[in-house]
Amino acid sequence: MKQSLKVLIMFVFAAGLSSCTKSTNEILIGEYGSLSGNDATFGISTNKGVKMAVEEANAKGGVKGRKLKLITLDDQGKAEEAAQVVTQLITQKNVVAVIGEVASGRSKAAAPIAQKYQVPMISPSSTSPEVTKIGDYIFRVCFIDPFQGFVMAKFATENLKFKKIAILRDVKSDYSVGLADVFATEYKKMGGTIVSDISYVANDVDFKAQLTQIRSKNPEGIFIPGYYTEVGLIAKQARELGIKAVLLGGDGWDSSKLNEIGKEAVNGSYFSNHYTNESTDPIIKDFIKRFQTKYNEIPDGLAAMGYDAALVLIAAMEKAPDLNPKSIRDAIAQTKDFQAVTGKITINAERNASKAAVVVQVENDRRKYVTTVNP
Amino acid sequence: MFNAFKTPIISALALLAVGVGFYFGVNAYVQLTLLYVFINLLMAMSLNLVNGYTGQFSLGHAGFMAVGAYTSAYLVQQVPSFTGFALWFFLLFSIAAGGLLSAIFGFLVGQPSLRLKGDYLAIVTLGFGEIIRVALVNMDFLGGPRGIASIPSYPALNFGIFEMPSFLSTYLAASFWVLLCFFVIWRLVRSSRGKSFLSVREDEIAAEAMGVDTTATKVRAFVISSFFAGIAGGLMAHVVSYISPSTFTFLKSVDSVIMVVLGGMGSLTGSIVAAVFITTMPELLRGLQEFTGVDLRMVIYSLSLIFVMILRPKGLFGGTEAIDLWRKYVKPSS
Amino acid sequence: MQDFIQHIINGLNLGSIYALIALGYTMVYGILQMINFAHSDVYMVGAFAAYYSAKWLKIENQPGPGNLFILVLIAMVVCSLLGVAIERFAYRPLRKAPKLNILITAIGVSLFLEYAGQIIFGAEPKVFPEILNNDYLFEFAGLPIKTFDVTVLAVSVFAMLILNYLILYTKIGRAMRAVSSNANVAAMMGVNVDRIISFTFVVGSSLAAIGSVLVGMKYPKIEPLMGMMIGLKAFVAAVLGGIGSLPGAVLGALLMGLSEEMVVAYFSSTYRDALAFGLLIVILLFKPAGLMGKSTVEKV
Repeated sequence: MKQSLKVLIMFVFAAGLSSCTKSTNEILIGEYGSLSGNDATFGISTNKGVKMAVEEANAKGGVKGRKLKLITLDDQGKAEEAAQVVTQLITQKNVVAVIGEVASGRSKAAAPIAQKYQVPMISPSSTSPEVTKIGDYIFRVCFIDPFQGFVMAKFATENLKFKKIAILRDVKSDYSVGLADVFATEYKKMGGTIVSDISYVANDVDFKAQLTQIRSKNPEGIFIPGYYTEVGLIAKQARELGIKAVLLGGDGWDSSKLNEIGKEAVNGSYFSNHYTNESTDPIIKDFIKRFQTKYNEIPDGLAAMGYDAALVLIAAMEKAPDLNPKSIRDAIAQTKDFQAVTGKITINAERNASKAAVVVQVENDRRKYVTTVNP
Repeated sequence: MFNAFKTPIISALALLAVGVGFYFGVNAYVQLTLLYVFINLLMAMSLNLVNGYTGQFSLGHAGFMAVGAYTSAYLVQQVPSFTGFALWFFLLFSIAAGGLLSAIFGFLVGQPSLRLKGDYLAIVTLGFGEIIRVALVNMDFLGGPRGIASIPSYPALNFGIFEMPSFLSTYLAASFWVLLCFFVIWRLVRSSRGKSFLSVREDEIAAEAMGVDTTATKVRAFVISSFFAGIAGGLMAHVVSYISPSTFTFLKSVDSVIMVVLGGMGSLTGSIVAAVFITTMPELLRGLQEFTGVDLRMVIYSLSLIFVMILRPKGLFGGTEAIDLWRKYVKPSS
Repeated sequence: MQDFIQHIINGLNLGSIYALIALGYTMVYGILQMINFAHSDVYMVGAFAAYYSAKWLKIENQPGPGNLFILVLIAMVVCSLLGVAIERFAYRPLRKAPKLNILITAIGVSLFLEYAGQIIFGAEPKVFPEILNNDYLFEFAGLPIKTFDVTVLAVSVFAMLILNYLILYTKIGRAMRAVSSNANVAAMMGVNVDRIISFTFVVGSSLAAIGSVLVGMKYPKIEPLMGMMIGLKAFVAAVLGGIGSLPGAVLGALLMGLSEEMVVAYFSSTYRDALAFGLLIVILLFKPAGLMGKSTVEKV
């Protein structure tokens, strides 16, 4: 009995210790993302971008003379965990703003919490339109799926001139279902035919059954608006089954792991993205150089978006009269023509950013720039 | 008759005092943790009835939690205009409805499955839990894989002279359900009817030979347990404000199993202590986690399961309750 | 029609992998009357062992049957060691304990392997090295048959034939059958029960290891939780065929693979996983002994 009492006391002591935080003069910014789990590269890339922006701001003296402190929590790629960590960031760590997330499903889980506690949340790359509809404290710095679906439908019709396309969607992902729906509508409006619309579930490894069905319909292209982890395998198995159709996708493909898993099977495929690292724009080239110096790798779209989300937040904090979450929120809403890395960002009335999309082609680890589509 | 309510009322008042203390004493995150503790308490105590007292191994508890959560969330969505007292009472009704639907599911699942023994029952209940989850993924009107977000939480209550903040109104409802669950199970197991649960655990064939309808007893335990699991689910829906099928995986069932096993199968006190411990452990580990950079929680839980089973299979409290220990050590009978 | 044949081929492929894992479950159940929940995680460790050894031996991008053989061997050794260790430290102390306790312990070991795996290997998926080129081999009924399809089937069948020979025609196989029939009497007859049990785990884990390398070859994405779903389905397959029966496990697994493929192809892919459980429940309710098992009467 005495032994367990000692252990209990030790635990309580440890608990007490771990919950005390030293109060400093720093401004606390929260970030939540999937640093582990299935789409970990998303969270890790975004985090690198956000961190770089925060460090650069601190090097220039911080905001309003105070340094910024970034607190990042891992949501392990799970929506309920996202809800948990955002609650923690806001109620325990007392951050003044939150950056996150990439996956729309997780953003949707966390946004109601940010809205409830009236702390502004900026999503770097969630494209599902519902995210910002949750409340006026929720923003995003990327385009939304209705636009992205339109972009790929237009590309398939005008550039590739495909008449028959099959869709293979991930029913477990909000993003995938939303994007697939928009694509289907837009493509049909432009005169194309959807020959097949089948689904899979995230974490599946075997898609032969679905691909065999698609093969029998003989489409010219297959639209796969999912995440890179499954797309790589799908591409491989499609080629194994002898399917020659061109593969098309969205920004969920943006990861270096795509061609690691898919190998040659993904080469020649196209997907829409927020930015291309082959741009000749000097701002982008400078960003890539700084990123490469710091992290020894070329930034992907997510890192750039993370960087931009942080930039927008920092600029808003500088512009706001004080550092109350409400004032920051108002300042973010007034962002207009802000020169970020991925373009000029204006936050419109729906709290989304009106931006162009690029279409790139996969060639091993290169993302060859093909074209830009403006809204 | 009123005597029967003496202990519950005293406990209710004690809990209320704790709640008020928490409201004024600690920050919002700790308050939230307390609510999570209550939800886990319901899960642990209800599972203990089946696993501990009746000796049947169920691995599908999360499925019943899901039924309760979705029912309550769905019902509340039908009345978006309710606020204040109307909402508070409606939540009482919707969560109870969730519990009832879970109980019905418990009956439907239990009736055929409880004829199986040991390992097989465990796998079948696991299977049912997963089937419920996959079915939810496919039900678009319940949100499908995206789940239901922005579920209304317990409102603040305006009593005119003072306003009860939303934490306390949630806490009130949660403590009501926890007390109900505790006393129902406590009294049930100590009643003469309740002895049949224990007899099934001890020796099923002998019990059958003595005239106990073992299948009916097991189903009874299962139904009651599912009811409270549904309640826990409903509460969770309104505390976390977001549910999705991936919240209710096999791992969630395992969480409850861990609480029951560690606390002691057949001891409500054990379940309470284990629930508190398991819910707060991640927080205590946070410091260690930041130091090592990894989430050690599940590794520690799984190792404790193994060690407990090998070294002290009865769990922390075995079959004893706090009051038995009190009687044994503090108040020796004269 | 061609599609249907393709589905059959896919289903058989899937089924043979399930068979390799199901055999492990059924053997352990036959001998210890317990469900080794941790089996699927031993399988996962096999895949990672192959992954890391390929990196270490620098044969990552050199496909060839020789390298396949090496990786399979390494995986088999690692898995056998792990299986024996689990048996020795987690299950043996509980041999006389109630069944429930072993079940809980097995769940504990399974969880431990999964989460420790996430910490040690990292939770994000890794890309399995290319160990065989998927070349076009020949045509069957108008469909291209490639190396992978043939390899999986061939290796599985080969492993099962060896296992069959082992169980039916060797001395140690006879000892295994004796222990599974009645451990006490076998001990009286001079069989070292502990050693036979360890050997059973070695065999079961080795089969799982073979399965894991084949899966890594076919679906090159591996991650610490990869064992969960496949383990459950393999277990259902074992129950379907009659748990404790080796041919039953193979039959059940092939049926499982085929039905899963058909459900996804002709019905809906989201019910793929639920099919496994649905099948399980139906079997346990109507024919708990499985297709090839025998109903036993429980004596008091």
